[in-house]
Amino acid sequence: MCCSTHDELIPQIGVITAIKTETSDVKTFSVVLADGKGKAFEHMPGQCAMLSVPGIGEAMFSITSSPTNTECMEFAIKACGKLTDYLHTLEVGNQITIRGPYGKPFPVDDVLKGQNILFIAGGIGFAPVRSVINYVLDKRENYGDIDIVYGARSASDLVFQDEINTRYKNDIHLTVDRQEEGWTGNVGFVPAYLKELGFKTDKTAIVCGPLIMIKFVLAALLEMGFKKEQVFTTLELRMKCGFGKCGRCNIGSKYVCKDGPVFRCDELDTIPDEY
Amino acid sequence: MYKIDKDNLPELFKFLTKNGTDVFAPVRKGNQVNFESFTDEVASTLDLDTLKTVRSPKDFVLPQVEHLFDATIENKQIKLETSPLADKPYVIFGVRPCDVKGIEVLDNVYLKDPVDKFYQARRAQGVIISLACTNPQQTCFCKSFNIDAANPQGDIAIWLINDSLNWKSLTDKGANLTTQVKHLLQESSDIDEVEACQKDIQLKIDALPYSRGLPLDKFTPDKLLEIFNDARWDELSKACIACGTCTFICPTCQCYDVKDYDAGKKVKRYRCWDSCMYSDFTLMAHGNSRNTQKERFRQRYMHKLVYHPDKHHGEFSCVGCGRCVNKCPSSLNIVKVIKSFEVDN
Repeated sequence: MCCSTHDELIPQIGVITAIKTETSDVKTFSVVLADGKGKAFEHMPGQCAMLSVPGIGEAMFSITSSPTNTECMEFAIKACGKLTDYLHTLEVGNQITIRGPYGKPFPVDDVLKGQNILFIAGGIGFAPVRSVINYVLDKRENYGDIDIVYGARSASDLVFQDEINTRYKNDIHLTVDRQEEGWTGNVGFVPAYLKELGFKTDKTAIVCGPLIMIKFVLAALLEMGFKKEQVFTTLELRMKCGFGKCGRCNIGSKYVCKDGPVFRCDELDTIPDEY
Repeated sequence: MYKIDKDNLPELFKFLTKNGTDVFAPVRKGNQVNFESFTDEVASTLDLDTLKTVRSPKDFVLPQVEHLFDATIENKQIKLETSPLADKPYVIFGVRPCDVKGIEVLDNVYLKDPVDKFYQARRAQGVIISLACTNPQQTCFCKSFNIDAANPQGDIAIWLINDSLNWKSLTDKGANLTTQVKHLLQESSDIDEVEACQKDIQLKIDALPYSRGLPLDKFTPDKLLEIFNDARWDELSKACIACGTCTFICPTCQCYDVKDYDAGKKVKRYRCWDSCMYSDFTLMAHGNSRNTQKERFRQRYMHKLVYHPDKHHGEFSCVGCGRCVNKCPSSLNIVKVIKSFEVDN
């Protein structure tokens, strides 16, 4: 699982090689090992890593870069707590600790192969989805059509603008919650926009965003004729270890860190509604 | 089989400590009995009659606080100094059969997929000398979990009969330790005496109020959602004051937190016991998945009776020690929970 020779809880030292300001409260950090040996570990889309600044705290983050990025790992992080606020004060050259990868990835090399894929994301929920999109785009011949539906509170809250305007341009459908000056795209919540776009059900859907959005998106997809077995999502609960020991991220007998974070939506019917 | 007089135990412990093995044994301090490090000073307060220590021997395999590493940050460089793994042999003497099973439950979590190396190293150094329960208490219900108080497991089993300890090694670790202290033991063939003691224990156990069978068959993983959504949790959890006592004294409660302590020149990262009974256990920046005490109370019992068995081939993570029955300030406990599910809704 890991690269630590001691215990899984002992991290490696990483260094921040680039910081990109995405929105007023989201920055994307590029991280490599401080000893010059490149990426801290290999991962698959949907997997997570524990990042920490000793003295501030340690928390789990989804890896937003694709494994096909051989240079570094990227993390799109929203400032919303003690550690994330601190991470936002860091500069290129600062060090953090990193351990992982944790969790079950999206089934990009089996179930999703050859499929048309519909990516649906809300807000910072675009972070883990970006890893899958870039993986699929880098291995384009392995997959069918792709569509991306992405919504945020406002135009200035849309992350990964560079890629939205270039790589994703022809496949992406954007929406913002409220009408605003200069915005020519759709206005409205993601579930409603999804129904408006009226996708055919010959696709596998990947959904990530706030829990409330996931629930409404799933309802919309079912209304559109999708089956739960065609929809994958990723959940998030508080974690301390990352590998099913510390006992806090369970939903029923599933640990989100180990049995998730990626779940097929029919699996959600077998676990308690406690997330 | 071997024998040793109870009065000669301090001599045996002294021999072990002199040869570099820590010995932890039940010692009375004031009105509490706990496993303490054996020294000459505590020899007179050794207590093999009190059935249960207040704290379980969980402390020795999963310490309440475990140091992971020191971190220093200088000139933007982070340096880590990892805590060494346990390398000193130790003996826990007088572990009751329920608590031996408790350690086995922890083993099933910490020694598997992935192995916790701090736990593994500490566990490997320890020899468990168990003690049969000649006087089980009213609050004991180990039999419900198929634990035999007359046949303690561990590395060496002991039956205390008329101030004499009957000593039987059960594992390689136990055999090695027995060889080490052989000169202090007497050979014994009093198997009849031990068998009579076992029969006596079993009769006593059968007469206990909770031995008549708790309806554990109601708690099966296939009924997970049904039990989770049962209305009975509202009433059961009402009196819970979220003190967390049950989780700390429980021999199988295994959840931990990872925290940093800023010691000035360096940051100490450690893990420590945590409790699912506390409101910040699942608190995140975006909210809390368990907002009420009912949800937290339910989590603890669901984990013991349904979630852990679901993940560990039907093994319950309760061993019937009865500590929560004794110590809960609101008189809540797992027996009450199990019994309340006796009748289907």
